[in-house]
Amino acid sequence: MHKIESRNVNFFYGETQALHDISLSMREHTVTALIGPSGCGKSTFLRLLNRMNDLIDNTRMEGSILIDQNDIYQRNTNVDDLRKNVGMVFQKPNPFPKTIYENVAYGLRVNGIEDKNIIEERVVTSIEQVALWDEVKDKLKKSAFELSGGQQQRLCIARALAIQPSVLLMDEPTSALDPISTSKIEDLIHELKKQYTIVIVTHNMQQAARVSDNTAFFYMGKLIECDKTKTIFTKPAIQQTEDYITGRFG
Amino acid sequence: MNSENKLARKKRITQNIAFGIFTAISYAIVALLFVILAFIVVKGIGVISWEFITAMPTNGMTEGGIFPAIVGTLCLVLASIIFAFPVGVFAAIYMTEYVKDGWIKKVIKQMTNNLAGVPSIVFGLFGMSLFVNKLGFGDSILAGGLTLGLLVLPVVIRTTEESLKAVDATFRQASLGLGATKWQTTSKVVLPIAFPNIITGLILSIGRVSGETAPILFTVAAYFLPKLPSSIFDQAMALPYHLYVIATSGTNIEKSRAMAYGTALILIIIVLISNLLANALRKYYGKKVKMN
Repeated sequence: MHKIESRNVNFFYGETQALHDISLSMREHTVTALIGPSGCGKSTFLRLLNRMNDLIDNTRMEGSILIDQNDIYQRNTNVDDLRKNVGMVFQKPNPFPKTIYENVAYGLRVNGIEDKNIIEERVVTSIEQVALWDEVKDKLKKSAFELSGGQQQRLCIARALAIQPSVLLMDEPTSALDPISTSKIEDLIHELKKQYTIVIVTHNMQQAARVSDNTAFFYMGKLIECDKTKTIFTKPAIQQTEDYITGRFG
Repeated sequence: MNSENKLARKKRITQNIAFGIFTAISYAIVALLFVILAFIVVKGIGVISWEFITAMPTNGMTEGGIFPAIVGTLCLVLASIIFAFPVGVFAAIYMTEYVKDGWIKKVIKQMTNNLAGVPSIVFGLFGMSLFVNKLGFGDSILAGGLTLGLLVLPVVIRTTEESLKAVDATFRQASLGLGATKWQTTSKVVLPIAFPNIITGLILSIGRVSGETAPILFTVAAYFLPKLPSSIFDQAMALPYHLYVIATSGTNIEKSRAMAYGTALILIIIVLISNLLANALRKYYGKKVKMN
């Protein structure tokens, strides 16, 4: 049974078609890496999974995307509920201009949770989940901007986890971070996949190879190949994939 | 080798000339500002005294002070900001956060720009016919404040729009991604980040409002009113109009010349103080956004 399933998805920015007939499924508790050169459509595809592309004017989507067997592009889909279930982490760490504590509590508060004990418990759990607790436990009331880039990014992950999603989308989550912070995030991804289904966009081949179970290679808006990460990186079925992962183009 | 040297030299000379021109122009602008300021300070400093800023004008406005004009101008600034700030900020929020790209947005934008280009005397006439006559406010601080408010509305809208647009889109996406509504996102994330810059709009409007003469001419300004306004339905004196009066149509223009410069100086000082205040406010909130 698939957690996420996209069926013949086409996507348009105005007249430009950005995705062509993408069919791709992901199992629960796996990490899927989306790779490909800039402009290949991997981020666009990622953003379809929590309907983030709805925010862009003049876009059009065809086909269907199912999460837990529900078509998320159906008319009666509650987009707020969908986004609560499908958390997102961005390229650049973007904590809100609030305290560390309030950053994580934000998602709970906007969803109407007012019980202080519940909020406190979830905040602490989420920060522990991203292995940030020891570093911030004494400065929860300080601004999130005082943290380093890597800590900020882990805080953003904690912020996403606090509202208990089941899917986590990561859009090049380490591209703005140094190698040590990057490896911490990668360790975290290993830890998190026990509980979540993760989709990660990355430009870093080694990262895709290290963290993912499956890898999907996009090129010019088309899904060229998707298979077990091991297979993709050792004996890809298609020449284009091999050219890309060996660095011959892209 | 030789030609390379020549090229390098030519590049350097061009660079120096361009740089020189830019420097000269910048200094000239600053110098000009100083000359104007110095001129007014030199001519006006003589009449400035505690009495000048706290007393009523006397003897056909050739003696005494300009207290009611100072109070009038402050009232007008306040009234116009109370009207224009919320309206302008909400309009800008609507335009940047809610309306989709399309003809409605284009029309509103174009109209806002047109509004900014309307001569201030036209605002004065409009204010007179709408607020003073039609709505029956009479010549009053309310009518004048609303007229001035309309005048600065485009400034507030535009600066607020720019500050909202400057907020990185991923902040909005992160908030919406947590299941927040658009309004929660706007009020709890976007506005706090943009707030320090929105304050700049406020600064610009205060400067503009306190110096305008034409819009208050038919809506509020009193030629001579040696008492303070007691409600928003009262007429009031105002610095720019008072300056105009004693410089062109006072009872004794020669005698009140020094007072005219003094009035100008006070006007400039008020604008300066409000700018400094707003700047401090902006810095304070800028820090708070980071510390919060």
